[in-house]
Amino acid sequence: MQEIDIADLRRISELIYQKHHYDFRNYAMSSFKRRVQRILELKKLTVDALIRKLTDQPAFIHEFLDELTVNVTEMFRDPGFWRVLREEIIPSILLNHKQFKIWHAGCSSGEEVLSMAILLKEMGIHQDVQIYATDLDVNILEKAKMASYPLKNMDLNEKNYIRFQGAGSLKDYYREENGMAVFNRDLLSTVTYRKHDLVLGEIFNKFDLILCRNVMIYFNQSLQNEVLRKFHESLFKYGYLAIGSKESLIWCDYANRFIVVNNEEKIYKKIKD
Amino acid sequence: MNTFNLNNSYKAVVIGGSAGSFQGVVKILSQLPQGFPLPIIMCLHRLKHVRHGFVEALSLKSVVPVTEPHDKEPIKKGGVYLAPANYHLSVELGHYFALSTEEMVNNSRPAIDITLGTCAYVFKDKLIGILLSGANKDGALGMKQIKDRGGLTIVQDPAECMIDTMPRAAMAVTNIDHVLKIDQIVSFFKELHKQYRT
Repeated sequence: MQEIDIADLRRISELIYQKHHYDFRNYAMSSFKRRVQRILELKKLTVDALIRKLTDQPAFIHEFLDELTVNVTEMFRDPGFWRVLREEIIPSILLNHKQFKIWHAGCSSGEEVLSMAILLKEMGIHQDVQIYATDLDVNILEKAKMASYPLKNMDLNEKNYIRFQGAGSLKDYYREENGMAVFNRDLLSTVTYRKHDLVLGEIFNKFDLILCRNVMIYFNQSLQNEVLRKFHESLFKYGYLAIGSKESLIWCDYANRFIVVNNEEKIYKKIKD
Repeated sequence: MNTFNLNNSYKAVVIGGSAGSFQGVVKILSQLPQGFPLPIIMCLHRLKHVRHGFVEALSLKSVVPVTEPHDKEPIKKGGVYLAPANYHLSVELGHYFALSTEEMVNNSRPAIDITLGTCAYVFKDKLIGILLSGANKDGALGMKQIKDRGGLTIVQDPAECMIDTMPRAAMAVTNIDHVLKIDQIVSFFKELHKQYRT
């Protein structure tokens, strides 16, 4: 297997930007390289063949995006994080607003959205919260809307839910059907799914809480900076931003407009416009 | 005495390990020479959902505190780093870390192949790769990449390993420069340190 070099990666990201209007030019190099390499192996393509396919077959871009973006996620990943949401963050939002809005930016196959819906249901405020779930990959959004996951994943999800100390059992929320766990549709009645590109997309609403966990790790620092600016603008003053447990904002220009609310779970609060 | 025929051109050390490697790592870190100048980047298989305890346990005995790097954290001279639970740890060309939650590789996240492979790409012949005891073949490909780019390769002597699958897998796919017991690896670090003290 040929090893892909940086010049090839630049050619690919430039082509995708010019022709398909997705911007991977500021993605973190090590993971972007692995993702492209993975697609070459999966589809048995050379770099030149991939470039031809991206040029000549407009529909291929969706397949490409689906493989390029990382869609590995869990329900209640980092159970401690979800406990802090339930016990500290959401109660503090509720002090000021009976109704509020949450944005899952880069929601992938929707496990975190579903976790949030369950958490809100168990807090008895499911109907008071509007959830927006966005991703740039339309195929994965369709999957998220289905809220149906292989049963073999449920073992891990159930373990996380137990560590989260949920009110019942995760089984209360789904039925088994053909090897899949099919979640109750009414959990998602308050969720709006839409295609949105964090890199090129416009600000589309204002939120009290934004979750973007383990998404910005795929961006380089200048892009992280730019996306943080968008999150800042998309948050109400005193709104919260949650990122992944090993992500950091400290090297971003906008970091000083936030304070750390929980350093362990990486939850920040916007304190300055 | 210069048993290993070393020089001071190296920029980093990367260590991979799995089942049975903990004691060895502790021994190496506890006998690390004061002021050892190179960053040591470690990828050790660990429980995916236990975020705490491991780095603290290693730090207890280590001469230098061990840290789990954040995404995009710069690699410091003399820093000792451990891949965090449930993330792959990569190194980028600008000498900083990058984390990812991609699919497991060799049934592992963090995967040793990813850390070793990206280190090989960035540090080329200025890298020393060490692979310790372990029960699967993760790390073998990474060691091959280190060797192919001119780096120095060391595995723990299979005879000493609690489980020797990992070093043997590396020996099967590439030329390993040194097959050493943990005590010899400790001496190796001491000798390497001397190269930088002139």
